[in-house]
Amino acid sequence: MSKRRGAVIAGIFNTRQALRLDGETSRSLAIQAITGALDDAGLTLADVDGISADAEGAALIYDLRLGPAWRGSAFGLMMVHEAVAAIEYGLANVIVIVAAQAGAHRSHAATAPWTRPENEFVAPWGMFTAAEFALIARRHMEVYGTTREQLSVVAATIRNNGDRNPEAVYYGRGPFKPADITASRPIADPFHLLDCAMTSEGGCAVVLASSDRAGSFRRKPAYVLGAGADFYGPSYQFPPAWDLAGRGGGDPNGLAGRRAADLAFAQAGLDRADVDVLELYDPFSFEVIRQLEAFRFCGAGEGGPFVADGHIQLGGSHPVATDGGLMSFSHAGVNPQMIQRVIRGVQQLRGAAGPLQVKGARVALCSNGGAGALFTTVMLLGDDRPW
Amino acid sequence: MVTPQEYLRPQAAQLPQAEPGPVTAPFWAACRRLELLYQRCGHCDAAMFPPAELCRQCLAPELRWERSAGRGALYSWTIVHRPVTPAFTTPYAPAIVTLAEGYQMLTNIVHATPGQLRLDLPVRVTFAEAGAGLVLPYFEPA
Repeated sequence: MSKRRGAVIAGIFNTRQALRLDGETSRSLAIQAITGALDDAGLTLADVDGISADAEGAALIYDLRLGPAWRGSAFGLMMVHEAVAAIEYGLANVIVIVAAQAGAHRSHAATAPWTRPENEFVAPWGMFTAAEFALIARRHMEVYGTTREQLSVVAATIRNNGDRNPEAVYYGRGPFKPADITASRPIADPFHLLDCAMTSEGGCAVVLASSDRAGSFRRKPAYVLGAGADFYGPSYQFPPAWDLAGRGGGDPNGLAGRRAADLAFAQAGLDRADVDVLELYDPFSFEVIRQLEAFRFCGAGEGGPFVADGHIQLGGSHPVATDGGLMSFSHAGVNPQMIQRVIRGVQQLRGAAGPLQVKGARVALCSNGGAGALFTTVMLLGDDRPW
Repeated sequence: MVTPQEYLRPQAAQLPQAEPGPVTAPFWAACRRLELLYQRCGHCDAAMFPPAELCRQCLAPELRWERSAGRGALYSWTIVHRPVTPAFTTPYAPAIVTLAEGYQMLTNIVHATPGQLRLDLPVRVTFAEAGAGLVLPYFEPA
């Protein structure tokens, strides 16, 4: 066995998630998430010498009296990758990744503020995330013949996972048939209400620790086996064109995440067939079809028939978003929903997913972003120590 | 059968708009003259939109404004039924249009029914006021 120091996903925690968490603030939820994840890991605040919390990181270091501490600057699931690297390079020993949101979006006359940036070439066209992702979906439907019914299969599958997840905001709100999705009110064609992520409130945290600390861990560790990041530009400032491409001859934006997935699998030394569960980012139903193609789980234009054939159901070959995802579990602002894909992946590897456990899950693929947002990031998690 | 409520029109109310910067102000000033502008690189001849300070292809600073004929093809679209904010009246149709000069832009399709919209539908620019000092380049079936 190698003596190389590695990083372990030692703790995870989701606070309560709900459409509204009255009495909570983003900060109060962040503290609950941090202490919860540390407790899950078997560690305490005194062990922490690194924080990754997007713009809140520095303030948390001050308010929690953690200095001198490493501070991460990544976003979403790449926060996990950045923390792994920081630990492997010896910049920190125990890092808490945290994100939480309450009270930022209470007036539902407009869509959530983080869905509609004020860019002069976007704002007057009435754009928001549903419309951005619809422009990608419509292009695929026209080029490949992907159908409205196939989108409904994705949404019904994910919402039926959430229906059975006691921690999901929409627990017990199903079951859904594909026809129920299609019958919900239209939002931004081809998307209907039930094709779309909810907006909710909640927090979450992940603790990464040096493998030197393995003696104190309370849970079976999970490991980052590989990762990749594909960006094509800033989200929601330029036309979200499927064919947007860089000068290097690489894949276009519609296949965002392909290079990232190829890199992640190469790092892990794994094949697509080794993946047991896919905790895909599901802001809108079509995005799951797109990612299955981009990540090479099926061929170009085959994503629609692939989901319609039942592959993505819990008992299928490629179960997706097993907590109910952004549609049914939670979508608490910009960053929690991103990190929660990793948390669900770890729950599956621990065998802690309750009625939604994928039997014998040992490798999980997690993703963030989507082609409507001009980026996709990918991470492979496993229960087998990679060093 | 399309009801009058489903017909796609320019927005009637004053719309939100971000403040143009020095690079983009000429585009909006031209819209007020009912002209659609884009940038053309004086070095590599690439068409550039949205406006940039340097050519995104060859990085040269020699970008000059040119007038587009305002003709293009529908690349992708959506019909919005839940407005982003109450300032917008539904339905409206955000779209990506590929201009004949070789660039793409976001817009809304107007003077059409949702059922008319299809891939590569020929479209042309049509301007409409959308609030104080704001004239928007919409597109309609050509």
